[in-house]
Amino acid sequence: MTDLISSSPSGGSGAAPTDAAIGVLKETISPKQMAFKRYMNHRAAVVSAVALAIIVLFVVLSPITARYGVNESIFKAEAGRPNQNLPPSSQAWFGTDANGRDLYSRLIYGTRVSLLLGLFTGVISVTVGALVGAIAGLKGGWIDDLLMRATDIMLALPLLVVLVIVRGALRNVSWVETIMGESTSVRFLVVLLSLIGWMGVARLIRGQVKQLKEREFIEAARALGASTPRIMFRHLLPNSIGQLMVALSFAIIGAITAEATLSFFGYGPDAGSGMTSMGLLIRDSKSAVPAGYWWLVVYPGVLLILVSLCINFIGDGMRDAVDPKMQVDA
Amino acid sequence: MLRFITRRLLWAIPTLLILTFVVYCALRLSTDPLASYARSNPRLARNPEKRAQYIELNGLWPGFSGYVRGYFQWLGGFLTGDWQPSIKGSRPVWPNLKDALINTIRLGAVASIFGITIGLALGVFAGLRPGKLRDSAVNTGALIGFSIQPFISAVLLQLLFAVQWAKWFGKPLLPTSGMYPAGHQGFDLFLMLKFMILPVIVVSIQTIAAYSRYMRASLLDVMSSDYLRTARAKGISERQVLVKHALRNAMVPIVTIAALDMGFIVGGLIISEGIFEYPGMGKFFLTAEANGDFPELMPWMVIITASVILFNLLADLAYAWLDPRIRLD
Repeated sequence: MTDLISSSPSGGSGAAPTDAAIGVLKETISPKQMAFKRYMNHRAAVVSAVALAIIVLFVVLSPITARYGVNESIFKAEAGRPNQNLPPSSQAWFGTDANGRDLYSRLIYGTRVSLLLGLFTGVISVTVGALVGAIAGLKGGWIDDLLMRATDIMLALPLLVVLVIVRGALRNVSWVETIMGESTSVRFLVVLLSLIGWMGVARLIRGQVKQLKEREFIEAARALGASTPRIMFRHLLPNSIGQLMVALSFAIIGAITAEATLSFFGYGPDAGSGMTSMGLLIRDSKSAVPAGYWWLVVYPGVLLILVSLCINFIGDGMRDAVDPKMQVDA
Repeated sequence: MLRFITRRLLWAIPTLLILTFVVYCALRLSTDPLASYARSNPRLARNPEKRAQYIELNGLWPGFSGYVRGYFQWLGGFLTGDWQPSIKGSRPVWPNLKDALINTIRLGAVASIFGITIGLALGVFAGLRPGKLRDSAVNTGALIGFSIQPFISAVLLQLLFAVQWAKWFGKPLLPTSGMYPAGHQGFDLFLMLKFMILPVIVVSIQTIAAYSRYMRASLLDVMSSDYLRTARAKGISERQVLVKHALRNAMVPIVTIAALDMGFIVGGLIISEGIFEYPGMGKFFLTAEANGDFPELMPWMVIITASVILFNLLADLAYAWLDPRIRLD
């Protein structure tokens, strides 16, 4: 039973203590190289990174990969038959939707919007959250209290409820529209999701900073007379970069699924403006169920599962990679 | 212990007051009760006298001071049981809310018991052999489970068990919406369970994923503890080490997490209830929100926040009760 006690807790690499762990290092490697090595050991994370890269490539190369325009009906699939709700065929690989549009092409356009929305929301949330979290963790006092109480309120309510109510409230304040755009625009959604999303990141970074600030190197910097911004940007943030990357990956997938949830219940962006998103495509699948148009249900659903799975695995791999408790063979 | 409970309950009062005030302002702004009233009763709302009367009755004055005054008027009415009727249909709110609450607790309890049991079993299964094949299989499965959003699994299951099944075998295997067939009267356990199967599966996927990870992590924590080495050293069988020492101690944090999660059940099944047309709290929220029905939404909010606060307290108590090292006072 000794293997139970000694093997690594996260189980990813499962390496038993070797010479490296005991202290006989063959060669030294930097923490960054070590993290990279740990990541490469996480097989699912590597596969996910490749899969996500392929999806991104499809999206970036949409002029080549997409076969039809986003709102373009496919032309005369079969003579004498309307081209709505056609099952998968050589003209439309994933079938067509209720308006006769090619689902395969629309999935590419929808993924583009969803990924961009996730990326923007993630970057905004992580930037704001890291700043506020670092200040709260470093300074403590009323900023810290306010942050914790505000996040407590958010956590006491289901996310969907918070999103729907805040969305409604923002819609009824007249000056918001000049900043956020109309409530059915993607920009509105990005701002809305960022408004909620930064809090989780802030809580995470606050905890990280609270731990780090007790360490000797911060004390040393302080003793040398470093200012708070310098400590924050030169010492704390570089040391939290791993956590920030993990937070970013979860913020991105959180935003993508939140958009899908909101769209599913009719609170999403407007489909009429010549764009689509993964959420809108999944919302359309709801009405395809009773008629049994399985392709309209299966492909968008599986694609969203696939994208979240990839990003979740990448986040998981990065978390293991930046965890100093994990052993790695040098 | 008693002092701790009293103190926490006393603290819960200002917390709830602040929380409900924030929610009151957000909801007033979000649903715009006056506009919803005008939508539902266009003729009455056009009459300035009736309109002013409605504002006075519901405390819907404009401006920040109007919000504060309105909040206290609402609070007084809420506490004395003098609730405003719903905007749409002008019905009393409590009977519907009570039914929704009971239905949600029913679904949530079945789904939680089902999901947590399977999740814990998988967690133990994985945690006993860390780093081995079964461990990575459960871990991967949990991440897949996390990635399957309830609205996707719901439509996929509906498609498979109702529509495609009917295509292949003549009639659908499982019902896809509601709690009973249309027009059904009274209580029927078997029928109710049949209608619950799909919602329970959808809700459990994420529960299973979460609890298998919690249990595995907790078990690994316990496995490397000193008291387990002591237990082995004194020579009791491995089976007893596992059951009496490892599992029991690994359950302590799980019970706390489960208690916290229970608080979220009341408001947390919105997606599944919305898709399966299950008449619970989530469906209640979606309908009331669509109607901008402020008098229905406020009590709903109070119930879900109160349940979160209450189960937070229960989680702390459970932790102290199970772990004798923790002193509450």
